[in-house]
Amino acid sequence: MPGLLGKKIGMTSIFSEEGNSIPVTAVKLGPCVVLEVKTNDKDGYDSVKLGFGEKKEKQLNKPELGFYKKSGLNPAEVVKEFRNFDEEYKVGDVINLEIFDIGDEISVSGKSIGKGFQGVMRRHGFGGVGGTTHGQKDRLRAPGSIGQSSWPSKVFKGTRMAGRTGGKRITTKNLKVVKMDAENNIIFIKGAVPGSINSIVEINK
Amino acid sequence: MEKLNELVADQARTDLPSFKAGDRIKVHVRVIEGDKERVQPFEGNVISVRGGGADKTFTVRKLSNGVGVERIFPYHSPKIAKIDVIREGKVRRAKLYYLRNLSGKAARIKDKNVR
Repeated sequence: MPGLLGKKIGMTSIFSEEGNSIPVTAVKLGPCVVLEVKTNDKDGYDSVKLGFGEKKEKQLNKPELGFYKKSGLNPAEVVKEFRNFDEEYKVGDVINLEIFDIGDEISVSGKSIGKGFQGVMRRHGFGGVGGTTHGQKDRLRAPGSIGQSSWPSKVFKGTRMAGRTGGKRITTKNLKVVKMDAENNIIFIKGAVPGSINSIVEINK
Repeated sequence: MEKLNELVADQARTDLPSFKAGDRIKVHVRVIEGDKERVQPFEGNVISVRGGGADKTFTVRKLSNGVGVERIFPYHSPKIAKIDVIREGKVRRAKLYYLRNLSGKAARIKDKNVR
Protein backbone atom coordinates (compact mmCIF):
# COMPACT_ATOMS: atom_id res chain seq x y z
CA MET A 1 0.00 0.00 0.00
CA PRO A 2 1.34 3.43 -0.82
CA GLY A 3 1.58 5.54 2.27
CA LEU A 4 3.34 8.35 4.05
CA LEU A 5 4.61 9.22 7.50
CA GLY A 6 3.21 12.10 9.50
CA LYS A 7 2.82 13.70 12.88
CA LYS A 8 -0.48 14.07 14.71
CA ILE A 9 -1.25 17.71 15.49
CA GLY A 10 -4.59 17.44 17.25
CA MET A 11 -8.33 17.41 16.84
CA THR A 12 -10.65 20.23 15.87
CA SER A 13 -13.85 20.59 13.90
CA ILE A 14 -14.59 21.94 10.46
CA PHE A 15 -17.89 22.71 8.80
CA SER A 16 -19.24 20.90 5.75
CA GLU A 17 -20.93 22.65 2.86
CA GLU A 18 -24.32 22.01 4.46
CA GLY A 19 -23.06 23.68 7.62
CA ASN A 20 -22.69 20.54 9.70
CA SER A 21 -19.77 20.30 12.08
CA ILE A 22 -17.37 17.44 11.33
CA PRO A 23 -14.87 16.26 13.97
CA VAL A 24 -11.45 16.02 12.34
CA THR A 25 -7.87 15.16 13.24
CA ALA A 26 -5.14 17.31 11.74
CA VAL A 27 -2.00 15.42 10.73
CA LYS A 28 1.16 16.98 9.36
CA LEU A 29 1.82 14.56 6.53
CA GLY A 30 5.22 14.55 4.90
CA PRO A 31 7.05 15.78 2.98
CA CYS A 32 8.85 12.43 2.97
CA VAL A 33 12.24 11.92 1.32
CA VAL A 34 13.04 8.75 -0.59
CA LEU A 35 16.09 7.32 1.16
CA GLU A 36 16.39 4.07 -0.76
CA VAL A 37 14.60 2.23 -3.54
CA LYS A 38 14.48 -1.56 -3.22
CA THR A 39 13.94 -3.62 -6.34
CA ASN A 40 12.85 -7.18 -6.94
CA ASP A 41 16.10 -8.04 -8.74
CA LYS A 42 18.38 -6.84 -6.00
CA ASP A 43 16.41 -7.20 -2.77
CA GLY A 44 13.72 -9.76 -3.64
CA TYR A 45 10.84 -7.28 -3.37
CA ASP A 46 9.90 -3.77 -4.48
CA SER A 47 9.61 -1.01 -1.94
CA VAL A 48 10.48 2.58 -1.23
CA LYS A 49 12.18 3.56 2.01
CA LEU A 50 10.87 6.91 3.20
CA GLY A 51 12.22 9.27 5.85
CA PHE A 52 10.23 11.88 7.76
CA GLY A 53 11.38 14.67 10.05
CA GLU A 54 14.86 15.74 11.05
CA LYS A 55 17.52 14.26 13.27
CA LYS A 56 20.88 15.64 14.37
CA GLU A 57 24.01 13.95 13.14
CA LYS A 58 25.22 13.24 16.68
CA GLN A 59 22.06 11.22 17.34
CA LEU A 60 23.04 8.69 14.67
CA ASN A 61 24.97 5.50 15.23
CA LYS A 62 27.79 4.44 12.91
CA PRO A 63 25.81 2.29 10.46
CA GLU A 64 23.22 5.07 10.11
CA LEU A 65 25.93 7.67 9.65
CA GLY A 66 27.43 5.58 6.87
CA PHE A 67 24.02 5.20 5.20
CA TYR A 68 23.38 8.94 5.12
CA LYS A 69 26.95 9.75 4.08
CA LYS A 70 26.64 7.47 1.08
CA SER A 71 23.35 8.97 -0.11
CA GLY A 72 24.23 12.55 0.90
CA LEU A 73 20.76 13.12 2.41
CA ASN A 74 19.75 14.72 5.70
CA PRO A 75 19.15 12.27 8.56
CA ALA A 76 15.44 11.53 9.08
CA GLU A 77 13.66 11.15 12.41
CA VAL A 78 11.58 8.16 11.31
CA VAL A 79 12.31 5.69 8.53
CA LYS A 80 9.78 3.27 7.10
CA GLU A 81 9.34 1.19 3.96
CA PHE A 82 6.22 1.44 1.82
CA ARG A 83 5.15 -0.60 -1.20
CA ASN A 84 3.00 -0.36 -4.34
CA PHE A 85 3.43 3.28 -5.29
CA ASP A 86 1.89 4.26 -8.63
CA GLU A 87 4.92 6.21 -9.76
CA GLU A 88 8.55 5.22 -9.77
CA TYR A 89 10.82 7.18 -7.51
CA LYS A 90 14.54 7.55 -7.19
CA VAL A 91 16.71 8.36 -4.19
CA GLY A 92 16.35 11.98 -3.07
CA ASP A 93 12.82 12.46 -4.42
CA VAL A 94 10.33 14.19 -2.14
CA ILE A 95 6.83 12.73 -1.82
CA ASN A 96 4.15 14.97 -0.32
CA LEU A 97 0.50 14.55 0.56
CA GLU A 98 -0.64 14.95 -3.04
CA ILE A 99 -0.70 11.18 -3.45
CA PHE A 100 -3.94 11.40 -1.42
CA ASP A 101 -7.20 13.04 -2.47
CA ILE A 102 -10.20 14.46 -0.65
CA GLY A 103 -12.69 11.64 -0.09
CA ASP A 104 -10.06 8.87 -0.09
CA GLU A 105 -10.51 6.03 2.36
CA ILE A 106 -7.31 5.59 4.31
CA SER A 107 -6.03 3.56 7.23
CA VAL A 108 -3.96 5.19 9.94
CA SER A 109 -1.48 3.32 12.14
CA GLY A 110 0.21 4.61 15.24
CA LYS A 111 1.15 3.86 18.81
CA SER A 112 -1.94 4.25 20.98
CA ILE A 113 -1.88 6.25 24.20
CA GLY A 114 -0.58 4.10 27.10
CA LYS A 115 -3.16 3.67 29.85
CA GLY A 116 -1.12 1.63 32.31
CA PHE A 117 -2.47 -1.36 34.25
CA GLN A 118 -6.22 -1.43 33.70
CA GLY A 119 -9.03 -3.73 34.82
CA VAL A 120 -11.14 -5.86 32.49
CA MET A 121 -13.97 -3.35 32.17
CA ARG A 122 -11.74 -0.71 30.66
CA ARG A 123 -9.36 -3.08 28.90
CA HIS A 124 -11.83 -5.52 27.31
CA GLY A 125 -15.19 -3.84 27.80
CA PHE A 126 -16.54 -6.39 30.32
CA GLY A 127 -19.79 -5.50 32.01
CA GLY A 128 -18.69 -6.07 35.60
CA VAL A 129 -20.38 -8.44 38.03
CA GLY A 130 -24.08 -7.98 38.74
CA GLY A 131 -25.75 -5.64 41.18
CA THR A 132 -25.07 -4.40 44.65
CA THR A 133 -27.90 -6.16 46.48
CA HIS A 134 -28.32 -9.71 47.90
CA GLY A 135 -25.18 -9.35 49.97
CA GLN A 136 -23.02 -8.70 46.89
CA LYS A 137 -20.13 -6.46 47.81
CA ASP A 138 -16.80 -5.21 46.42
CA ARG A 139 -17.18 -7.09 43.10
CA LEU A 140 -18.74 -4.47 40.85
CA ARG A 141 -15.80 -4.28 38.42
CA ALA A 142 -14.57 -7.88 38.79
CA PRO A 143 -14.07 -10.15 35.73
CA GLY A 144 -16.32 -12.98 37.02
CA SER A 145 -15.50 -16.62 36.34
CA ILE A 146 -12.33 -17.34 34.38
CA GLY A 147 -13.06 -21.03 33.69
CA GLN A 148 -14.59 -24.31 34.86
CA SER A 149 -13.68 -26.86 37.53
CA SER A 150 -12.18 -30.38 37.30
CA TRP A 151 -12.32 -30.24 33.53
CA PRO A 152 -10.23 -28.52 32.20
CA SER A 153 -8.51 -27.86 35.56
CA LYS A 154 -6.71 -24.91 34.08
CA VAL A 155 -7.25 -21.41 32.83
CA PHE A 156 -7.10 -21.34 29.04
CA LYS A 157 -4.35 -19.32 27.42
CA GLY A 158 -5.53 -16.04 26.03
CA THR A 159 -8.28 -15.60 28.65
CA ARG A 160 -8.94 -11.89 28.84
CA MET A 161 -7.76 -10.44 32.14
CA ALA A 162 -6.54 -7.15 33.59
CA GLY A 163 -3.17 -5.80 32.49
CA ARG A 164 -1.20 -3.20 30.59
CA THR A 165 -3.48 -1.32 28.22
CA GLY A 166 -2.68 0.83 25.22
CA GLY A 167 0.81 1.84 24.16
CA LYS A 168 0.85 -0.60 21.25
CA ARG A 169 0.48 -0.29 17.50
CA ILE A 170 -3.12 0.22 16.43
CA THR A 171 -4.53 0.59 12.91
CA THR A 172 -7.79 2.40 12.32
CA LYS A 173 -9.26 1.56 8.91
CA ASN A 174 -11.71 3.27 6.53
CA LEU A 175 -11.11 6.84 7.67
CA LYS A 176 -12.01 9.59 5.21
CA VAL A 177 -9.91 12.52 4.08
CA VAL A 178 -12.05 15.63 4.57
CA LYS A 179 -9.72 18.49 3.74
CA MET A 180 -6.16 19.03 2.56
CA ASP A 181 -3.85 21.97 3.06
CA ALA A 182 -1.00 21.46 0.61
CA GLU A 183 0.74 24.69 1.61
CA ASN A 184 1.26 23.59 5.22
CA ASN A 185 1.34 19.84 4.44
CA ILE A 186 -1.70 19.24 6.63
CA ILE A 187 -4.33 16.58 6.04
CA PHE A 188 -7.67 16.58 7.89
CA ILE A 189 -9.07 13.13 8.64
CA LYS A 190 -12.64 12.56 9.82
CA GLY A 191 -12.70 11.08 13.31
CA ALA A 192 -9.93 10.08 15.68
CA VAL A 193 -6.59 8.49 14.85
CA PRO A 194 -4.37 6.44 17.19
CA GLY A 195 -1.75 8.09 19.36
CA SER A 196 -1.16 11.22 21.34
CA ILE A 197 -0.49 14.69 19.99
CA ASN A 198 2.96 14.91 18.34
CA SER A 199 3.14 11.14 17.91
CA ILE A 200 4.20 9.66 14.60
CA VAL A 201 1.47 8.11 12.46
CA GLU A 202 1.60 6.12 9.26
CA ILE A 203 -1.10 6.76 6.68
CA ASN A 204 -1.85 4.14 4.03
CA LYS A 205 -4.21 4.28 1.10
CA MET B 1 -3.35 24.39 20.02
CA GLU B 2 -2.92 27.90 18.65
CA LYS B 3 -1.34 26.48 15.56
CA LEU B 4 -4.33 24.19 15.10
CA ASN B 5 -6.69 27.16 15.22
CA GLU B 6 -4.66 28.96 12.58
CA LEU B 7 -5.13 26.02 10.24
CA VAL B 8 -8.91 26.32 10.33
CA ALA B 9 -8.91 30.13 10.60
CA ASP B 10 -10.43 30.47 7.12
CA GLN B 11 -13.83 29.34 8.40
CA ALA B 12 -13.83 31.54 11.53
CA ARG B 13 -16.71 34.03 11.77
CA THR B 14 -15.58 37.59 12.35
CA ASP B 15 -18.89 39.24 11.43
CA LEU B 16 -20.77 38.21 14.58
CA PRO B 17 -21.10 40.58 17.55
CA SER B 18 -19.54 39.76 20.89
CA PHE B 19 -21.82 38.75 23.74
CA LYS B 20 -21.57 37.23 27.18
CA ALA B 21 -23.58 34.99 29.45
CA GLY B 22 -26.65 36.86 30.64
CA ASP B 23 -27.19 38.73 27.39
CA ARG B 24 -30.46 38.38 25.53
CA ILE B 25 -29.77 37.60 21.87
CA LYS B 26 -31.65 36.69 18.74
CA VAL B 27 -29.96 34.05 16.61
CA HIS B 28 -31.10 33.93 13.00
CA VAL B 29 -30.68 30.31 11.92
CA ARG B 30 -30.67 29.15 8.32
CA VAL B 31 -33.08 26.25 7.91
CA ILE B 32 -33.12 24.13 4.74
CA GLU B 33 -36.48 22.58 3.92
CA GLY B 34 -36.34 20.48 0.78
CA ASP B 35 -34.65 22.79 -1.70
CA LYS B 36 -35.81 25.99 -0.02
CA GLU B 37 -33.86 27.94 2.55
CA ARG B 38 -35.39 30.25 5.12
CA VAL B 39 -34.21 32.03 8.25
CA GLN B 40 -35.69 31.15 11.62
CA PRO B 41 -35.00 33.32 14.67
CA PHE B 42 -34.29 31.88 18.10
CA GLU B 43 -34.46 34.45 20.87
CA GLY B 44 -33.34 33.81 24.43
CA ASN B 45 -30.78 34.33 27.15
CA VAL B 46 -27.18 33.21 26.72
CA ILE B 47 -26.49 30.93 29.66
CA SER B 48 -23.05 29.68 28.66
CA VAL B 49 -20.19 30.40 26.27
CA ARG B 50 -17.56 27.72 26.20
CA GLY B 51 -14.51 26.62 24.22
CA GLY B 52 -12.15 28.58 22.04
CA GLY B 53 -11.11 28.62 18.44
CA ALA B 54 -13.09 26.46 16.06
CA ASP B 55 -14.83 24.57 18.88
CA LYS B 56 -16.41 27.60 20.56
CA THR B 57 -20.11 27.11 21.33
CA PHE B 58 -22.82 29.03 23.17
CA THR B 59 -26.09 27.97 24.75
CA VAL B 60 -29.29 29.99 24.40
CA ARG B 61 -32.23 29.32 26.72
CA LYS B 62 -35.77 30.49 26.19
CA LEU B 63 -39.24 29.68 27.43
CA SER B 64 -41.56 28.27 24.81
CA ASN B 65 -45.18 27.82 25.94
CA GLY B 66 -43.97 27.54 29.52
CA VAL B 67 -41.37 24.89 28.65
CA GLY B 68 -37.68 25.70 28.89
CA VAL B 69 -35.87 25.16 25.56
CA GLU B 70 -32.10 25.30 25.19
CA ARG B 71 -30.10 25.29 21.99
CA ILE B 72 -26.36 24.94 21.66
CA PHE B 73 -24.87 26.71 18.64
CA PRO B 74 -21.31 26.38 17.31
CA TYR B 75 -20.14 30.01 17.23
CA HIS B 76 -18.47 29.67 13.80
CA SER B 77 -21.30 27.69 12.19
CA PRO B 78 -22.27 28.85 8.69
CA LYS B 79 -25.86 28.02 9.62
CA ILE B 80 -26.03 31.20 11.68
CA ALA B 81 -27.19 34.00 9.39
CA LYS B 82 -26.75 36.75 11.97
CA ILE B 83 -26.99 37.50 15.67
CA ASP B 84 -28.71 40.50 17.27
CA VAL B 85 -27.77 41.46 20.81
CA ILE B 86 -31.03 42.73 22.28
CA ARG B 87 -30.04 43.42 25.88
CA GLU B 88 -26.93 43.13 27.99
CA GLY B 89 -27.53 41.38 31.30
CA LYS B 90 -25.98 42.01 34.67
CA VAL B 91 -24.86 38.65 36.03
CA ARG B 92 -22.12 37.58 38.43
CA ARG B 93 -21.11 34.26 36.94
CA ALA B 94 -20.10 32.88 33.57
CA LYS B 95 -22.44 29.90 33.48
CA LEU B 96 -26.06 30.54 34.36
CA TYR B 97 -27.20 26.94 34.76
CA TYR B 98 -29.00 27.93 37.97
CA LEU B 99 -31.70 29.51 35.80
CA ARG B 100 -32.92 26.01 34.95
CA ASN B 101 -34.16 25.59 38.50
CA LEU B 102 -35.88 28.98 38.65
CA SER B 103 -39.09 30.14 37.05
CA GLY B 104 -41.22 33.25 36.74
CA LYS B 105 -39.94 36.41 38.41
CA ALA B 106 -36.91 34.67 39.93
CA ALA B 107 -35.61 33.66 36.48
CA ARG B 108 -35.29 37.26 35.27
CA ILE B 109 -31.88 38.75 34.49
CA LYS B 110 -31.24 42.38 35.39
CA ASP B 111 -30.37 44.80 32.62
CA LYS B 112 -26.76 45.94 32.77
CA ASN B 113 -27.43 49.43 31.48
CA VAL B 114 -30.29 50.31 33.86
CA ARG B 115 -29.49 51.81 37.24
